[in-house]
Amino acid sequence: MNNDHASLIEKEATERMRQSGRPFSKGEVVEIINTVIQKIEKNSKHSSLYSELKALAHYIDLAKEELAQLNPAHIGDEHIPSATDELDHVVKATEEATTKIMDNCEVIEGVCDRLDDGGDKDKLVDSVTNIYEACGFQDITGQRINKVVKTLKHIEAQVDMMVSAIGVDLKADMEGNPQKESVDDKAQPLSDEELLNGPQTQDEAISQDEIDKLLASFD
Amino acid sequence: MNILVVDDYATMRRIIKNLLKQLGFNNIYEASDGKNALEVIQDTDFGLIISDWNMEPMTGLDLLKNVRASDKTKHMPFIMITAESKTENVVAAKQAGVNNYIVKPFNAETLKQKMTSVIGQF
Repeated sequence: MNNDHASLIEKEATERMRQSGRPFSKGEVVEIINTVIQKIEKNSKHSSLYSELKALAHYIDLAKEELAQLNPAHIGDEHIPSATDELDHVVKATEEATTKIMDNCEVIEGVCDRLDDGGDKDKLVDSVTNIYEACGFQDITGQRINKVVKTLKHIEAQVDMMVSAIGVDLKADMEGNPQKESVDDKAQPLSDEELLNGPQTQDEAISQDEIDKLLASFD
Repeated sequence: MNILVVDDYATMRRIIKNLLKQLGFNNIYEASDGKNALEVIQDTDFGLIISDWNMEPMTGLDLLKNVRASDKTKHMPFIMITAESKTENVVAAKQAGVNNYIVKPFNAETLKQKMTSVIGQF
């Protein structure tokens, strides 16, 4: 028993003696000690809760410091816009390359028109068809990249929310930055969003054969 | 026969257009989204609409619903060509009145087969 506890027992005993005006029985002494023990336990629970809250506050402080060191403003201001710009360039470059390929295919087709039917003409036409089919990659990759861009912008919004919730003041950094506003604008959901998933990976997608069977099941 | 190709990717419109030319179709019109397509079909009768799904501001599915909702256009055969390849997409398109559904990437033979099943031999 420490001095605090002894002091509590003395205080409780003095108060009760003042009220009763007589010495305590053995049972009353036990009751006084139990009362003090209950008070100590109660205080101990409060103390434990306080310790946990203090530890939590310390953890939040550390997280804030770490978050500040990561410079979250740069995620929204620089990293994500930079990444999306790069991806936009990829889309543009593949589009330009595809356009050139198709320009040349159309020249070849023009030459084919002047050739006699059969033989070499058929081979050339088949090859041009194959190239047209392959050029579809630009549409698919473009859609996939747009999905990545949307994901990056979602991450950016989540980082902003986290930073705001945890109390790191980025307001000054964000002020006058039109990027944040335009990101929010673009994040507006489409009306049939749940159906607009873009290209699926091979394990997610159903094949053309499966689509044909599904459509046939409606007949 | 007039054919309308609707896709927000100019390259994809060009690919489909060239494949259609190889199949012998020359009266090919283009639109960049559903809204644009609705404007185009007001002036021209189309024997076939080939449309992408994922476009803004109006999707291919909304275009299909609009086409089917109008007495003037509801007879027009409609093929969806899209990268949206989940079962729920195909079901939603079918329920909206699509005649056939082609998943991207596709080849010329698939396009020819689906066109034949929708508009008959050509």
